[in-house]
Amino acid sequence: MPTNVTSPSLQGRAGSGSSFKYFPHTADDIQQMLDVIGVRSLDDLYAEIPEEIKLHRELNLPSEKSEEEVRCIIQQLAAQNKPLVCFAGAGSYDHYTPSVVPFLASRSEFSTSYTPYQAEISQGTLQYIFEYQTLMADLTGMDISNASMYDGSTATAEAMMMMVAAAKKRNRVLITKTIQPAVLAVVRTYAKFHGVDLVEVDEKDGTMDKDVARQLIEKDDVAGLIVCQPNRYGIVEDLTGLADLCHEHKALMAVNTMASALAVLKTPGEWRADIACGDAQSLGIPMGYGGPYIGYLCTKEALVRKMPGRLVGATTDADGRRTFVLTMQAREQHIRREKATSNICTAQGFMCLYVAAYLSLMGPKGMQEVNELSYASAHYLHDALLKTGKFEEVFKGPFLNEFTLRVKGDAKVLREALAEKGYLLGVPTLFMPGCLTIASTERRNRQEIDNMVELIKEMAL
Amino acid sequence: MNRTYYGKLIFELSKPGRVGYSLPKNEYEGYSLADLGATLSRQTKTILPECDELTVVRHYTNMSNNNFGVDTGFYPLGSCTMKYNPKLNEELCQLPGFNLHPMTPAKYAQGSLKLYDEVQRTLAEIAGLSRFTLNPYAGAHGELTGLMVIRQYHMSRGDMARTKIIVPDSAHGTNPASAAVCGLQIVEVKSLADGTVDVEALKPLLGPDIAGMMMTNPNTLGLFERQIPEIARLVHECGGLMYYDGANLNPMLGVCRPGDMGFDVMHINLHKTFSTPHGGGGPGSGPVGVRKGLEQFLPNPQVITKAPNALKDSNNPLSPTAYDLHCDDESLGYISFFLGNFGIIIRAYAYLLSLGKENIPMAGKLSVLNANYIKESLRSHYLLPIDTVCKHEFVFDGLREEYGGDHHSPDHVTTLDVAKRLLDYGFHAPTIYFPLLFHEALMIEPTETESKDTLDDFIAVMKRIAEEAKADPQLLKTAPHDTPVRRMDDVKAVKEPKFTYKML
Amino acid sequence: MAKVIEGLYYAESHEYVRVEGEFGYIGITDYAQDQLGNVVYVDMPEVDDEVTAGEEFGAVESVKAASDLFSPVSGTVVEVNEALEDEPELINKDAFENWIIKVQLSDKSELDKLMDAKAYEAICK
Repeated sequence: MPTNVTSPSLQGRAGSGSSFKYFPHTADDIQQMLDVIGVRSLDDLYAEIPEEIKLHRELNLPSEKSEEEVRCIIQQLAAQNKPLVCFAGAGSYDHYTPSVVPFLASRSEFSTSYTPYQAEISQGTLQYIFEYQTLMADLTGMDISNASMYDGSTATAEAMMMMVAAAKKRNRVLITKTIQPAVLAVVRTYAKFHGVDLVEVDEKDGTMDKDVARQLIEKDDVAGLIVCQPNRYGIVEDLTGLADLCHEHKALMAVNTMASALAVLKTPGEWRADIACGDAQSLGIPMGYGGPYIGYLCTKEALVRKMPGRLVGATTDADGRRTFVLTMQAREQHIRREKATSNICTAQGFMCLYVAAYLSLMGPKGMQEVNELSYASAHYLHDALLKTGKFEEVFKGPFLNEFTLRVKGDAKVLREALAEKGYLLGVPTLFMPGCLTIASTERRNRQEIDNMVELIKEMAL
Repeated sequence: MNRTYYGKLIFELSKPGRVGYSLPKNEYEGYSLADLGATLSRQTKTILPECDELTVVRHYTNMSNNNFGVDTGFYPLGSCTMKYNPKLNEELCQLPGFNLHPMTPAKYAQGSLKLYDEVQRTLAEIAGLSRFTLNPYAGAHGELTGLMVIRQYHMSRGDMARTKIIVPDSAHGTNPASAAVCGLQIVEVKSLADGTVDVEALKPLLGPDIAGMMMTNPNTLGLFERQIPEIARLVHECGGLMYYDGANLNPMLGVCRPGDMGFDVMHINLHKTFSTPHGGGGPGSGPVGVRKGLEQFLPNPQVITKAPNALKDSNNPLSPTAYDLHCDDESLGYISFFLGNFGIIIRAYAYLLSLGKENIPMAGKLSVLNANYIKESLRSHYLLPIDTVCKHEFVFDGLREEYGGDHHSPDHVTTLDVAKRLLDYGFHAPTIYFPLLFHEALMIEPTETESKDTLDDFIAVMKRIAEEAKADPQLLKTAPHDTPVRRMDDVKAVKEPKFTYKML
Repeated sequence: MAKVIEGLYYAESHEYVRVEGEFGYIGITDYAQDQLGNVVYVDMPEVDDEVTAGEEFGAVESVKAASDLFSPVSGTVVEVNEALEDEPELINKDAFENWIIKVQLSDKSELDKLMDAKAYEAICK
């Protein structure tokens, strides 16, 4: 067992240095460096560590592998997955990614860089984050955006903590039960540990019950209300009047929206919300089994000091040129410690590049078209499924690219049978036995939909 | 890196009528977004740019030329472990088989679930703990999750009084910030002059209100906390749990494991220790590991293996489901949309497989060798406040007086000046003004992937900068001179804040 | 050398109180503003908020630092210095002239626990 290596080079590698492709040290290098330091061996560098807590054995792990072996192992794992034709959403949408986006993202000048504290050599990173902030603020109709959150669910949890921080003396936050269950679950966890009194507002006919919300807000002890758009059934909710109600009672309002929809649906800004939050995965980021995605958080300028996360601002350099820099850092954890608005530091910075490049390629016309196509294919699918006679409508609300239907028969059997044929038909709707919430995007063509519908027609449920 | 500043914004390249995408024709008749009606539809125009494909490609390529990365140069950045990001990892994480919808039934995601489980098992062996969740998205998120585990553990025993957490005064700001988000009150324990925890000062803080203690080992000065067995014993004796901040795990790999030091809960930064790219500020990954007996408190969903027999067949894609997702009732809850930054986890797996049991410990040892080599080579020019063998990093307290002048004099050459001058020579700056123990802290962490040649160049430049500080302080005070842009007006950025193009 | 003014009461955390009848004007000392550097933001309480001796009531931010404000005395906030909202740098210009909050003192005996100019000058060395 190579526990106490006393020679400068390693056990079994005498005279050949480290001999591993990621370690550049030759045996001579190691010896010369040890001489400068004045110790005899690499292990002497650990002499102060008490023997009783050292690991006196090899790690119980496989031996090093060649590049081809590693490739083979991981390719085999990928082959054990079976990607299905995706008609599911629930927070992750199968949109098209222009080839330019991953190509630009493969530039290692971007990907291998550190957080841009040294602005003089980080203008690339700072500039694309500035563009991202501009684009997200514009899409949401808010004044400002931060430089990303982890995902849509933690962004919503941060919005909740922001509301409590801004309200100072109020600790109650309302959230609609119609929000995506994955988001609600995370917000609940943060509320439980952060000590926020989170009240879940009941739903009625597939949308938040506004009367219940009104009664709660009128008690004047609510820091904020979190609503969503579209909701967990796919329904686009009418939020008219809610922001004014909140503001009359000194509460803030946040809207959680799937980012792609912001281009066509009434924006959080237009609803007069104070905070916009959600996931921007729908802006061309691959589904990737749940990550990396990117959470966004946008707000009004007046709330900037309550906003968590990093912020890039424009300034000038010593030569007077327009440049970009991390700013408002005094809000952040590395300076403010336990008084910071959040503990977030590393977020999903690099994904800002994905979003900025995607939106630059799509432009206003492309975003309109993507939504138009997703809308049409989802509505076509919705109607085709109803025509099979094996589904029935649950709610009447208008939807964009996601909808909920009840299966006349065993939904589980149907979903599993379709999966065997290569289709992922929706996700089971939580607390609604027999229902599926189904999504479509511009990536699904009519032939795929027709083929799947034919299969369903033939199935006995 | 290109010295010519590019500086344009995509909005300035937009021209109405241009497009950079192509979408299929609309094959569906009779459906129109306009049917949603004005109440639910966006009324304001967007300022999204209108650009053709090449314009977009050139724009971001030119921008990237103004950026510094590990692939362009050396980062001696303390506490950040900026090691080389292997390209094989980048290739493999993009395999189309991994691009699954997160709600794909487990049966069709066996490869991804197995990969997740393999990574968690590997980390558990490296850490000396029982089980890991890979769901947290970053180090700070891992810290928060780990602290939630500790609180959940106490609450599960009906012990609601443990609401305080002990944090060394030398800790990184994220520790107290995470504790505050988790609803814990912070109790600071003093450090001795060498930055290690003062055990005598710790004793009176311990009591029935203590949930646990957060530490990193080696500490922020790169020193191993030799008292760790005693500290862990004291904290455990009072009923608290020990939390290990994995920011400084790299030098300990295969030599001394956090679990063996006495820690119960920890996080690891895959973007530090296990070579995944930092991405200019994420996506990272902050897996959290726990000692036996605490597994059920980890966040949901959890990846589990089914019956051992089923496991044997897991290489056969047609076999019954061997891996599944599980939600534990005792869990602290959900902290992420799904299983975290899965793409990052694939990269880390490729790295762990490549290194194997032989090279994982070597990574730590060579990083320690590199750090001590720089320290010994530069102490002639920079003030070394703590003279002992360090681990992966160490701290200088600025230039020695004969080079930089008296630290108390207002016109001495500061650590910031040295850091900015380094940029001119093609190196990233070290971590500066942290830890707070020293006024002119300059914290250096070379990783094992840097060669002696690179270190020798860096040492030569650091000495040259010291000489320059003596001969021409103004040269440093106005540095950098040779970067795409010069020093920034930070005050203006805060006082006249402009966060978007519209605000310019 | 930082300026210290006679006749004010000083706290170890570098706040001062200037007493006028039942009221106290609270701000940070010249020494404190000098240590902080360019002040860019002052986080102030609202009128009618209660402050307690030794407890935090706001914060002062410079570009790369933030410092909590601790009230040297207890009482009710009757006025905040609104000029600081737009021009926080006034604190750098004259920290004693530009107080942060005006408080109706609830317990004047608390003043006895604070330092006089001479004692404060000593701790700033």
